[in-house]
Order: sequence, then structure tokens, then C-alpha cells
Amino acid sequence: MPARFDIWTTLTEPLIRQNPVTLQILGICSALAVTTSLATALTMSVSLTVVLTLSAILISLIRRHIPDTIRLIVQIVIVASLVIVIDQVLQAYLSEISRALSIYVGLITTNCLVLGRTEAYARHHAPFPAAVDAFGNGLGYSLIVLVIGGVRELFGRGQLFGWQVLPLTDAGGWFTPLGLMLLAPSAFFLLGGLVWAIRSVQPEQVEAPEHVPPADVRPAE
Amino acid sequence: MADPDRNPWRRFLALPNESRTKTLVMAFLVAAVCALMVSGATVLLRPIQAANRAAEEQARIEALVRGIPGMADLLEQSGGTLSTVVIDLDDGRAAQDVTTDTLDTALADTGNWTALDAGADLADLGQRPDYAQIFLLRQGDAISLVLLPMTGQGYGGRIDAILALEGDMNTIAGIAITSHSETPGLGGRIEDPSWQASFPGTEIRDDSGELRFNVARGDASGPYQVDGITGATRTGRGISNMVRFWLGSDGYGPLIRAIERGEF
Repeated sequence: MPARFDIWTTLTEPLIRQNPVTLQILGICSALAVTTSLATALTMSVSLTVVLTLSAILISLIRRHIPDTIRLIVQIVIVASLVIVIDQVLQAYLSEISRALSIYVGLITTNCLVLGRTEAYARHHAPFPAAVDAFGNGLGYSLIVLVIGGVRELFGRGQLFGWQVLPLTDAGGWFTPLGLMLLAPSAFFLLGGLVWAIRSVQPEQVEAPEHVPPADVRPAE
Repeated sequence: MADPDRNPWRRFLALPNESRTKTLVMAFLVAAVCALMVSGATVLLRPIQAANRAAEEQARIEALVRGIPGMADLLEQSGGTLSTVVIDLDDGRAAQDVTTDTLDTALADTGNWTALDAGADLADLGQRPDYAQIFLLRQGDAISLVLLPMTGQGYGGRIDAILALEGDMNTIAGIAITSHSETPGLGGRIEDPSWQASFPGTEIRDDSGELRFNVARGDASGPYQVDGITGATRTGRGISNMVRFWLGSDGYGPLIRAIERGEF
């Protein structure tokens, strides 16, 4: 544990420098699936941040009493219950958006980001720092998901939050929507592009190559 | 004189984390608290969710009727409402002892469901209710529109839909998907108005009376097909089977014949 707990660093570190999605490549499954529009991306971000923060607080509260042998099960049970509660709340009060998110809310349980943070941080820290860390990571995830969601919705439909920004050719405008942007591969391209952009600005994030290509690939004769 | 060891809770907390008792009790406590939380949320929120679903189904029925060309005017003429009828699926007549208000209670009784043979069970339902609530729009004595709720099995789970048939009982006037759990962006596109737009005008039976309707793989060819969705073959097949089952003899077949005979 660091000698001094710095709220600001813990909160802002995961935004870009330690971003869980672009640096650790965690939770990209949902980052790909829910980013076809900003509204679903925003709901997903909020749900994930809430689940992440609450589970971090709960696990941090009982951290001294979690037996090591069953710690993963205990964490997953807590996360899964929170996810079900959030899902029920969404179905009750935001049924439109809940339908758009369909199974992905349930999949927050298996989002590596949540278990990753509770396992790596909340289990060793007091509730308040754990909550700040979880909230920061939730914000980092939200940032990426919202950027990708915004780009996909803007170029795929010419809209932002369902509001027509670029006039479509169908409606007499000049913008032809890019259908590819609404399909899953485009999220891969965008995420890859983002990772590249962030790592060009912050070269210390670049990982060492796992393999060095052989200098000469011609067969020996 | 407060000795912490006399308090069983403190004594339990003081146990080493690796002890078997503590592991078991912790597992049980966490599970119990979580179970309480989940069931609490479900029970408390269920009425709101049910109201949401009912409101949404109503909105979709209205949207379906409004989307059919000329229907809005017809609806105005008939007083602005559809008539709701609970029918007995076995003989295709209006049910004698079940009304819209008692339909839910009747369907809660397993005696009012019929198990389906594997061969006849196109829509993969396993069983079918004996009563169904349908919506009719009359113009004078003739029926100009029938809305038939149906259920089928898609790729991700159940699909609930409402199919609108024109008065000739052979032309589809439109479809509304009331609930589904297909993959967003692929099978989930059955919700899109652009896909649903290929339903109106599609015919169900050919001249010999054989059921011909299906969802094409690719673009529709012929008057009995609607366009398929790329990447959602199983969803398309689910919709085909659903419509074919419910318009067949185990579904609304008897009702359709009764309407054709002019019994409604």
C-alpha cells in the first residue's frame, strides 16, 4: 500500500495513463458490443461504474474476513448480485434502454474489469480509497466507451444521442451513413486506433514485443 | 469487564481466515445477504416492470395499426378502438367462459395448455395455451383487420410478436415485435421498421391453400417471402417457423377458417 493516499492521482490515473480498456485491454467485449449508439454506451458506462464502485466498497468492507480459499467466489457472488439488482432497476425505470442493452448488462458480471479491480485493489485497501479507485476505473472505461460510441453513432447514423447532426442523403442532405460503423468490426478498428494514438503520445505504455522476427527468412540452401 | 470472547460474533470474526468454520460461515453469510438483495429488488420492482411491459405492448399495437396504410382512417370510423376477443384456439370460436380479465388466471392453470408433439411443434414451444387474446377491427359486418399475437423461438430466446392480417385472411398487413432477446445489430434488427416494412402485402397461402410464407435467405423472391437479415439466419428461421406454426392448424388455423366462413 502506498504510504500516502492521494485521491486525485487515484481518481485520474485510470483515465488515460492507466486506462483499463486501452492499457490493460480489459472489458473490451462490452466496449465493442454496446457502442453502436451514445445512449446505450452511456447507460452501460453508468451501470458499470455503479457496479464497480459498490462492489469495491462491499468487498473492501469485508476484506479482512474473506477466506483466501473462496475469495474469487465471494467476489463474483457480490458482483453478480449487484449486476442483477442494477438490471432489475434498469428494466423497471429505463425499459427502453434496458432492451437495447439486452444481455450486456448481465455480462458486466464477467467483465474482467470489475473482478480485476476488486481482486487487485479493493481487497487490500480501505473502503474509501477502494471506492475512489473503482470510480476512477469506471470513468476510464466510460471515457473510452463514450468516445467509440460517439464516433460510431456519428458516422454510422449521422446522429449524436439520437439527434440528427449530419443531414442524411435519404432526407436530402449530403451524408451517406457508413453501415460498417454499426457492425462489430468497426469497434475493433476504433479501439485499435485509440490504443495506437494513446501509446504514441505516451510511449511508456508500449509493451515489449513478445517475439523478435528473424532477420533473414530465406531458407538456407 | 466486557470480555470480547464472550460475544460469539466477535469470537467468529477473530477466527483465522483459513479456518474451515469461518470459510463455511462466510460463504453462507455472503450468499444469504446477496440472495436477500436480489430477491428484494426483484419483488419490489416487479409491478413496475409488468406495467412497463403492458404499456409497451399497447404502444406497439397502436404503432402497428397506425403503420398500416389506411388503418388510421378505418380506426377513426369504427370509433377509435379495436375490439378485443379471447378465443379458444381449438375450435377457433370466442371463448365462452374466459374473458380478457380472466385470461391471465386461466393461463396460470396448466390444464389450459396443450402439449405439442415434436412433429407439429414448428415454433419449438413445447406447449401452447388453449386461449389467446386477439384484436379485431370491423368495418360494417366484415372484418378488415385481425391482430394475432404469437410466440416463437429465435436464436437468443423467445420472440413475441403481433401479426396483422387483412380481411382476406391471406395478406399480411404488418408485424410488430413486442419482445425478443436476439443479438443486437444482427437478429435484433427484427425490431427495425426497415425490416418490418417488407411484411405488408406478403401472402401466406398459395391458391391451393398451402402455407407458403417464409423468411428468405437474402432478398425476398416471390409473393410469399420477406427479406432475410444478413448474419441472422436462425432468427429468420425462428420468425418463419413462428408464423407458420401460428397460422397453421395448431395455431390460429381454426380461427382463420371461422372468420372466412363469416362466423365472427
